[in-house]
This record gives sequence, structure tokens and C-alpha cells, in this order.
Amino acid sequence: MKILVPVKRVIDYNVKARVKSDGSGVDLANVKMSINPFDEIAVEEAIRLKEKGQASEIVVVSIGVKQAQDVLRTALAMGADRAILVIAADDVHQDIEPLAVAKILKKVIEDEAPGLVIAGKQAIDNDMNATGQMLSALLGWSQATFASTLDIDNDNDIARVTREIDGGLQTIDVKLPSIVTVDLRMNEPRFASLPNIMKAKRKPMEEKTAADLGVDVTPRLSIITTAEPPAREAGIIVNSVSELVEKLKNEAEVI
Amino acid sequence: MIERESMSYDVVIVGGGPSGLSAAIRLKQLDPDTSVILLEKGSEIGAHILSGAVLDPSGLDALLPTWRDMDAPIKTEVKEDNFLMLTETGKTKLPNMAMPALMNNHGNYIVSMGNVCRWLAEQAEELGVEIFPGMACSELVYEKDDAGIDRVVGVVAGEFGLNSDGTPGPSYEPGMELRGKYVFLSEGVRGSLSKEIIQKYALSEGHEPQKFGLGLKEIWEVDPANHQEGTITHTMGWPLGNNAGGGSFIYHAENNQVFIGFVVHLNYANPHLSPYEEFQRFKHHPEVAKLLTGGKRVAYGARAISEGGYQSIPKVVFPGGALLGCSAGLVNVPRIKGNHNAMLSGKAAAEAAFEAIKAGREGDELAAYETELRSGPVGKDLKMVRNVKPLWSKYGLWRGLPLGGIDMWWATLLGKPLFGTIRHIKTDAESLEPADQFEPIQYPKPDGVLSFDRLTNVAFSATNHEESQPCHLRLKDTAVPIRVNLATYAEPAQRYCPAGVYEIVEQNNEPKLQINFQNCVHCKTCDIKDPTQNIDWKTPQGGDGPNYPNM
Repeated sequence: MKILVPVKRVIDYNVKARVKSDGSGVDLANVKMSINPFDEIAVEEAIRLKEKGQASEIVVVSIGVKQAQDVLRTALAMGADRAILVIAADDVHQDIEPLAVAKILKKVIEDEAPGLVIAGKQAIDNDMNATGQMLSALLGWSQATFASTLDIDNDNDIARVTREIDGGLQTIDVKLPSIVTVDLRMNEPRFASLPNIMKAKRKPMEEKTAADLGVDVTPRLSIITTAEPPAREAGIIVNSVSELVEKLKNEAEVI
Repeated sequence: MIERESMSYDVVIVGGGPSGLSAAIRLKQLDPDTSVILLEKGSEIGAHILSGAVLDPSGLDALLPTWRDMDAPIKTEVKEDNFLMLTETGKTKLPNMAMPALMNNHGNYIVSMGNVCRWLAEQAEELGVEIFPGMACSELVYEKDDAGIDRVVGVVAGEFGLNSDGTPGPSYEPGMELRGKYVFLSEGVRGSLSKEIIQKYALSEGHEPQKFGLGLKEIWEVDPANHQEGTITHTMGWPLGNNAGGGSFIYHAENNQVFIGFVVHLNYANPHLSPYEEFQRFKHHPEVAKLLTGGKRVAYGARAISEGGYQSIPKVVFPGGALLGCSAGLVNVPRIKGNHNAMLSGKAAAEAAFEAIKAGREGDELAAYETELRSGPVGKDLKMVRNVKPLWSKYGLWRGLPLGGIDMWWATLLGKPLFGTIRHIKTDAESLEPADQFEPIQYPKPDGVLSFDRLTNVAFSATNHEESQPCHLRLKDTAVPIRVNLATYAEPAQRYCPAGVYEIVEQNNEPKLQINFQNCVHCKTCDIKDPTQNIDWKTPQGGDGPNYPNM
């Protein structure tokens, strides 16, 4: 079974995001970018399935600017077999919306015919949490979102998935082929080791464009404004419990 | 003994700053078949680069003469150059004509060296250099030659996943041994491998001790009405006065950004001094506050600077390799520039290695590099100004500054400095004096608008370290911080560290040194300034540390 893993290049989780002065979005000029952490977990899960003998090949796909090849190289170094880069933007500030991403992935999936798609549950930049679900609808495939465990039954074409839901866990079986979107607790991704990064340079990377696949990536949503959270006001140190109670009552008026 | 994969190259380069990248480019220019690997501990090239910077393009002119046609991120020519002496509320502008000619910034550029390095890395990769960011070099590999002398044959890079006690964790990766006919150490100031090499081969013997400064920098996006692209201003005087040498820089770069920085020479004596807080209060000077009001700080970082100059350059070659750039210490202090020398040193080392490899040599000393560095353009640049820093240190600001100026004028006119060569004598660690000899300094509280507390600012360096790894700031003796540093010097690490790594906390009613290594911005000040020289800065896991944008 072939597994397809979409990976997105996003602002690095260590970077303090800053809104552009015109409010049109987050400033990404000169900012460190890396693989979306949820997608990294998806890549790791695919590799573990392959190591268990339950998958034959792992194909990673990224959609965006040309530099997205960096995150594909990371995924290849971790252990994916080959990569497809779909160039759909020439400016890093142009976010490709989930529907366009899902449409592009659908085209890729029609060519590649994977038995399973493992994706991150959402990208940490726009937090849409939509691509996996839309892809499932477009393909008519089953979906299992917010997964924390994934067991494949190759003989019966079934995946058993534990989902992280509000206040607990839910276990479901979905029929393959399926779209599984993964949550944080699924695994801890491995390091891309130096020898593997060297070897990954020789792994195949195919380049396409959104136009090649006949998908229009023109945004359908317009961003009205982007704002930073209000600055936190300085705290004060109180000297006693009674002073604290007094202030909560009379100044903050919360008790 | 850990089993590691190994690969051999002609030249292994440790560190992707201006010197290492220049060496890589030059090696490939001379012979495209030379195999060159460059390893960088930052998560990407540029992530750990922090510099002012006003770039003297002479290094680039020598390395890539057509750089002006290569879309380099070097666009903002210096248009106006100011030098101000500050008092708490006032300023005196020194006339430009009083400045020695070699201080002139005409033809120089305001750049982000981080971006320049990213661009240099693209050029190097196009020439076929293999560049691996996120790979820290944690060890040198030695072998004995026929005469029984240790020579450097390579490095270990890319070790990941150690537990905090140093044992291999569940996802341990042993890393690789990268072997080279020559190993270039271009780690920047106080590199951890360079420090080991300088000690092992006694490279500083017969030279003055290296001297350092701590540079702190913020990038501000200012109100367009206050922005004057191409203007640079340097200041001295307030707030440091006679407590320490140093001063500020204010560079108006592109896109309404201003690079504002503060340098404190690390030979200060008063352990109560806090370079970080000096920088923060400096921004409240009316001249500076006027510029920053209505603006926004977008990045913060700090890095030690080598300031010893000509007399402190150690021997730069050792069996199997060489020290490049600020691993050797090539900053021209009065000109406040070192990037041009870093690039020239990389070029010179590459040329020496190319000749040696062509002649079938390997693993020996590249004497031709040593000679070229001292007698070529780098040596000439540094030799002229070699007395300025020791004069400043010896006579303080108000007498040292004009004396340094006279010495430079003399050198400009007569070709050699007035005072011969003045020695530095003490290391920066030895300069610290007991805390009880000084009044503690009361610094104003940050206002959150122009000035910020340390931890808020550290978040703007985007630094991070995998928490489960061993602390990379090693104490040789764990009792010394309390017994000596706290008792005698009021533990100065709490104040000189620009990232709030060192904290004295109470535990069971006893003071205890807590090391928050996750905050470290890799500036190396602790390794330099600790009065007991008890702190050893080792490299943490690759990819950790700051993620500087266009620093």
C-alpha cells in the first residue's frame, strides 16, 4: 500500500509571529520557516507503518512556493521515498486556501493512487483544520480526524483510529482508502540524521505547478484585518491575602 | 566507543558565517573538483548571525568581484555618518573631519549580515559546496601523525537525542564523522572547538590574550517620518561613562527598519554592571527615544565580539586546519567592522589549502595562510589601529578616545602608530573586581514601550533548545558559583548574560545557581567573562539556539 503525506511549509514554531504593518497578514520576510509540526507527525507515522511492513512506499507532497522543497527534503531525510512539489505561489505571503489545496491533492491522488493519506490535522499558520475533511469529501473517501493512534488491517482494508475528542477518546474503524488527520500525541518524530539528509539529496523530487493540474488557486476568502493580541498590562505585587481579596473585589470587580 | 558513519572531503568547514562561506566559495572557484562540506549549528544559514552591520565591501570585491550584478542583499549605501558624544540628556556631535580617514564610511553599506550569509550560501551551493545547517560540530577528531603529534583529521557533527545525563535517548542519532585533508574552524567569536584547539596547541602563546565586547542588538520598525535610509550614527559616553568602554550604533536600513545596538567592552571591573540594562536605558536618551517612539521592536539578539585586534590574533594554523574570521579575532575595533576581514581570511585560507592539496599535502600546517593573514590586507587593516583599544582601556573614555584618535591620525599620516604596540595584559575574566568595592547600580524599570525586560526580549530572538538534552553550559566545579562567584562578585552571570540564562534561586534556604540553558542565544559571554573561568560553553544539539531573521 502506498501512503501519501501532504506537508506544508509554515512559520517556525519558535518564531514570534508579527503582523505586517498594513494588517494584511503575518510578516514572513526573512522569517525562519519549517515543516508544519503536525505534518511531521504524519510523516513519522507513515514511516512507522512502512517499517512494520504495512506500507510499500511513502510519497510526500507540498504545495506552495518553490522553497517548500526544503520541507520535502526534511521528510525525505526522515524516510519518505519520493516527493512531489506543486508550485502554486511565488510569494511566501500568498496562502493557498484549503479548498484549493484539497483540489490539488485530489489530482495528485488520482495520479498516484495511494491506499491511505495521512495528514496533519491543521497547519500552525492559519489553523484552518479543513484540508483533510475537504479532500475526503472531494474523493468520496472515509475520514478519521484528530487521530492519536492508527492501526491498519491490510487484509480487510480497514484502519482503526483513536480520535482525540473533547474530554475523551473515540475509537472508530474506517474503510480504506481513507484520509487520516493526526493530532499531537500520535508519536514523537525522529531526527533527520546527517547521513539520511545526505542520502535524501539523491531521492527523487518531481516538480509540478497548480496550472499543470488545472487547479485555480485564486483566493476565495478575503482577509479583512489581522491583529496582534493586546499587550499584557504590567502586574502588581500585593502584600497580603486581604489586599488581594480587596483588589479583586473593588478594583477588578470579579468577586 | 560510538560507531559512526564517516565521509571524507578535501576541506571540512565548521560554521556558516562570512569567513567559512567565503572559504567554501574560494575553494570551489579555484578548483570545482575540490570537495567541500560546510556545517552550521543554526537551524538555517543566518540563524546565528548577528552583526551591526556596516559592511566594507573590500572582502566581497576580492571574493566575488561582480557581486554588484548578482542581486546581493547589499543595497543601502551609507549616506550620512554621525558620531555623537552623549550626556544623560545632551549630545555633542564630533565633526567628521576630526575623524581619521580610516574611520570614513564612504562606500560602505548597511546590511543584515544574516541575509548576506544566506546569499553567500546560495552562491556556495551553486558552486557545489555541500551545506548542512542544523548540524552542530560537537567534537574534533584527532589522529597521530608519523612523528606522534596529534593532528586534526575531522569533526563529529549531527549528534542528536542525548538524555540530560548524557546517555543516548530513545531517538538517539550518533551523528557522523566528517573527515577532511584540512578542517577550517570558522565558528565566530569564542567557538567551542576553536577554544579547544587554541588551548591544545597553545596557539595564543607569544600573543596577547584575546579581548572581547558584548554586542546587543534590536531591530526596530520605526515611524516612516523618522526613517532616513543610509544614515548611521555611533555614540559614546552616556550611559556607560567610565564604568565600562563601549557605545552604540544606530543604522537606518531598508524598509523602515533601524538596527540599534549597544556594545559593552567586557573588560569592565564592576560586577554590578549589566550590559543588557545599559542598552535598555540607552534607548531612553532623548535622541534615541525620539527615533523609536511610534516604532516597534521586531527582533532581539546578542553576540560577543572579538576586540583584541592585531596583537591578540593567535597562531591561526595547527596540524590539519586553520582558524578563520573571528575564531581568530579579526575585528577592527575603531572601525567597528570585521566582516571584510572575515571574508578575506576565508579567501586566504582557501588559497593556502588549495595549493597544499594540489601539492599532495594534507593534515599539516598551512603556513602560507598564517603569513598571508598577517602581512596581507587583513594584517594591514588591523595593524594600523592596534593601539586604540588598549588606549581606551588604559586611559578611560575621556582621555583614551582622543589618544586613540591621535594614534590613528599618526598612523594614517606616517604609516605606523605613534605608540608602537601597546599590550592588553589582562583577560576580560581577570578584569572583574570584588562586588563590595562598588555601589550596586540601580537600573530603571523597563517601560515596555522603549525598553523591555530580559525575558520578553529573549522571546524576540526566537531561541529554543530541546529541553531533555544535557545542559550545554558546563560548570567545571559546581560549588564555585556560590562559594566564589556569589560571595565575591555577587554572581555577575545574572547580569552579564543578555538572555537571563543564569539565576540565583533559593532552595531550602540556600542560594543555588539555576541555569536556564533553553534561553541561551549563543553569545558566549559567560565563557569569556566568568571570573573563575568555570563555565565551559559546549555546543547544544544542532538547530537549537536563536532563529535570527535579518540580524
